[in-house]
Amino acid sequence: MESELKYVDLVEQPISMHPKKFALWLFIVTVVMVFAAWTSAFIVRQAEGNWLDYDLPQIFWFTSGIVILSSVALHWAYLSAKKDNFSQLRIGMSLAVILGICFLVGQWFSWIALVDSEVFFVGNPAGSFLYVLTGMHALHLISGLIFLIIVLISTFRYKVHSKSMDTMEMATTYWHFLGGLWLYLFMFLLLNH
Amino acid sequence: MATATVANHDSAAHDHHDHEHHDNFVTKYIFTQDHKMIGKQFLITGMFWAIIGGFLSILFRLQLGFPGMDMSFLRPILGGWIDEAGALDPTFYLALVTMHGTIMVFFVLTAGLSGTFSNYLIPLQIGARDMASGFMNMLSYWFFFLSSVIMFISLFIKTGPAGGGWVVYPPLSALEQAIPGSGLGMTLWLVAMTCFIASSLLGGINYITTVINLRTKGMSFSRLPLTIWAFFLTAVIGLLSFPVLFAAALLLVFDRSFGTSFYLSDIYIAGEALPNTGGSPVLFQHLFWFLGHPEVYIVLLPALGITSEIIATNSRKPIFGYKAMIISMLGITILSFIVWAHHMFVSGMNPFLGSIFMFLTLIIAVPSAVKVFNYLTTLWRGNLIFTPGMLFSIGLVSFFISGGLTGIFLGNSAIDIQLHDTYFVVAHFHLVMGSASFFGLMAGVYHWFPKMFGRMMDAKLGYIHFWLTFAGVYLVFFPMHYIGIAGFPRRYYSWTNFEFANMYTDLNMFVSVAAIITFAAQFIFIFNFFYSMFRGRIASLNPWRSNTLEWTTPLHPGHGNWPGEIPTVYRWPYDYSKPGAEEDFIPQTVPLSATPESNLPHEQELVKLELEIMKEDEEVLVANESKH
Repeated sequence: MESELKYVDLVEQPISMHPKKFALWLFIVTVVMVFAAWTSAFIVRQAEGNWLDYDLPQIFWFTSGIVILSSVALHWAYLSAKKDNFSQLRIGMSLAVILGICFLVGQWFSWIALVDSEVFFVGNPAGSFLYVLTGMHALHLISGLIFLIIVLISTFRYKVHSKSMDTMEMATTYWHFLGGLWLYLFMFLLLNH
Repeated sequence: MATATVANHDSAAHDHHDHEHHDNFVTKYIFTQDHKMIGKQFLITGMFWAIIGGFLSILFRLQLGFPGMDMSFLRPILGGWIDEAGALDPTFYLALVTMHGTIMVFFVLTAGLSGTFSNYLIPLQIGARDMASGFMNMLSYWFFFLSSVIMFISLFIKTGPAGGGWVVYPPLSALEQAIPGSGLGMTLWLVAMTCFIASSLLGGINYITTVINLRTKGMSFSRLPLTIWAFFLTAVIGLLSFPVLFAAALLLVFDRSFGTSFYLSDIYIAGEALPNTGGSPVLFQHLFWFLGHPEVYIVLLPALGITSEIIATNSRKPIFGYKAMIISMLGITILSFIVWAHHMFVSGMNPFLGSIFMFLTLIIAVPSAVKVFNYLTTLWRGNLIFTPGMLFSIGLVSFFISGGLTGIFLGNSAIDIQLHDTYFVVAHFHLVMGSASFFGLMAGVYHWFPKMFGRMMDAKLGYIHFWLTFAGVYLVFFPMHYIGIAGFPRRYYSWTNFEFANMYTDLNMFVSVAAIITFAAQFIFIFNFFYSMFRGRIASLNPWRSNTLEWTTPLHPGHGNWPGEIPTVYRWPYDYSKPGAEEDFIPQTVPLSATPESNLPHEQELVKLELEIMKEDEEVLVANESKH
């Protein structure tokens, strides 16, 4: 595996970027397009009227904070890995994973809060859109969480260090992206609900 | 850096020799990660679907040409879909139209065309051992296969396959009570399309990554064959538009299975109101056509790229306006995303918005015309060699012109009021998108068959196939313009009850007969394909005397494509009939320093630079060998 990656890294190319990292960025583009489609559908539908007005759950403020903290923890882990500081790396990674799970739990409570204020998945599309946006984001976040856990396990096997940062970098990129995506969705909902 | 390149090419070559010993039947032909075999898998699956899709069209053409004819002889295949009197079931007619569209657009002309040639040609023409990720590539095919299996099963279920048109507009597609095809058939359609989207995205990510990161030394973007440019831009379009189809489909799934109201509002069925309120069916149309229009170019661009390559090779002339070709493809790529609402002029959309989309749509005529002009000027005074591939390429140019012209009519929002959803539209897109892309696919198969299977296809059968298909396509689709101008709507089961359409009975009969002959002609190709695969004349290494890299590989390239080092590229791929040169073609691997007799003044300047680089490389090679 390692030699295979090195092979690709060293080949002199007009634009040389790690192909897997590049593919990850392209995957991020597809996720951006999916959410761009839903948020623009949201705006188009809202402009047509017959739109249920409701308050966003307050929990979203807390979960937004959690997702930022999680990204900070992961970035700390990433910088530690670059310096071969393994204990800090593991603490940072574990913190990021735990905070990620906290975020998901928080999102679940936001759904409970929504149901309590009589906003349902089945009903006015205003509510349905909120469930789709948060739900699909959570689904992507679970995929990111699985990725993080895989990297976490490999840190305990000393497979992540300053000379082998590719998967760590990819995990960091994806996780930051998912955090940013949530902040975008939250801002979008704040401005448009 | 250069050291690493050489050393690593070597190690990769060794790797590949090691691998070859471990290849067994399953890893070589089924779960293969070799881009060449994956390309062939896409091709064979695409051909299978083309036969099915074509056969379905023959079934509904029978009904259209000979209304109410006795089809009881088809009962062994269609069973209950033929009623007591021998007539075709009207709801099944709708399902036939839907499945014909879905199969042809997605399974044949997206997966069968892009999947085949992007996979097969990208690594060979840019000088790479394989795709960026062989595993993802394999996954891409098997998602497509799974999607195919699900779609195929849906043809045989009791309520029939999806019947709401290939555009699956809700509420028709969202409510099971609407037509039988909106039941299980529609569910299977959605599941199959989800797998298909996954397959397209996996493939597309791979194509883009490979083209950007794995080009061989010297292969700059300005030296890429136009095929690669086309595949690259196709993949970019797919990457940006397929996720939106997924987004639209998921909301449709929620409406169908969970009771949400994204697309449904105030609907009464049998006098009873449905609970859904607040949905918007136009929203679906916007989301769908945001994919749907770029999809047209996903289908067409690869065919245009293949045509550029084949026309230049067989005219023995450089492609006219290489840069203009690239810029017009880029233009088409960008414009394809901002014209979608021209499919919705009559959907109740704001007419002012319609004018904007009309304007943007008509702009597409500019890059398209540039491309046509460049094809014609490449052919002009060339030493034309009429191989079957060349004939199909010229056929594509013909369809692109005749079908493109009617696009200018349809793009006008005022004329569209009359022509919308008539046979005029059917004629337009079958010529410009369907037949043109199909001809690109055929041209590609005839042209690269020697590389794929190491044997030549029979040229005489190829000519017969071409002329029957070329004449057939025009005979089928040209009369449809008249039926369309008269105002006859598409997707109608029966039309003889309308006074204004009665006079077209003969014309429709004529179209149906032509369609049957054209369909039958395709079996000449099928025979030629499989016969030549085993019994064809053994091909020479470069049968078309072409410049591109794939012809520098062995007759049967192994996994890794080149047994030794990957060749370096020194020039663009269109040095045909260069004044002063001995031969009428100079492959991309021939250095400028080796052809002083034909170099242009600015190329003579480059020779010095080139010699320096080559000297450096040689030193590295020597140093490397002494290390061993």
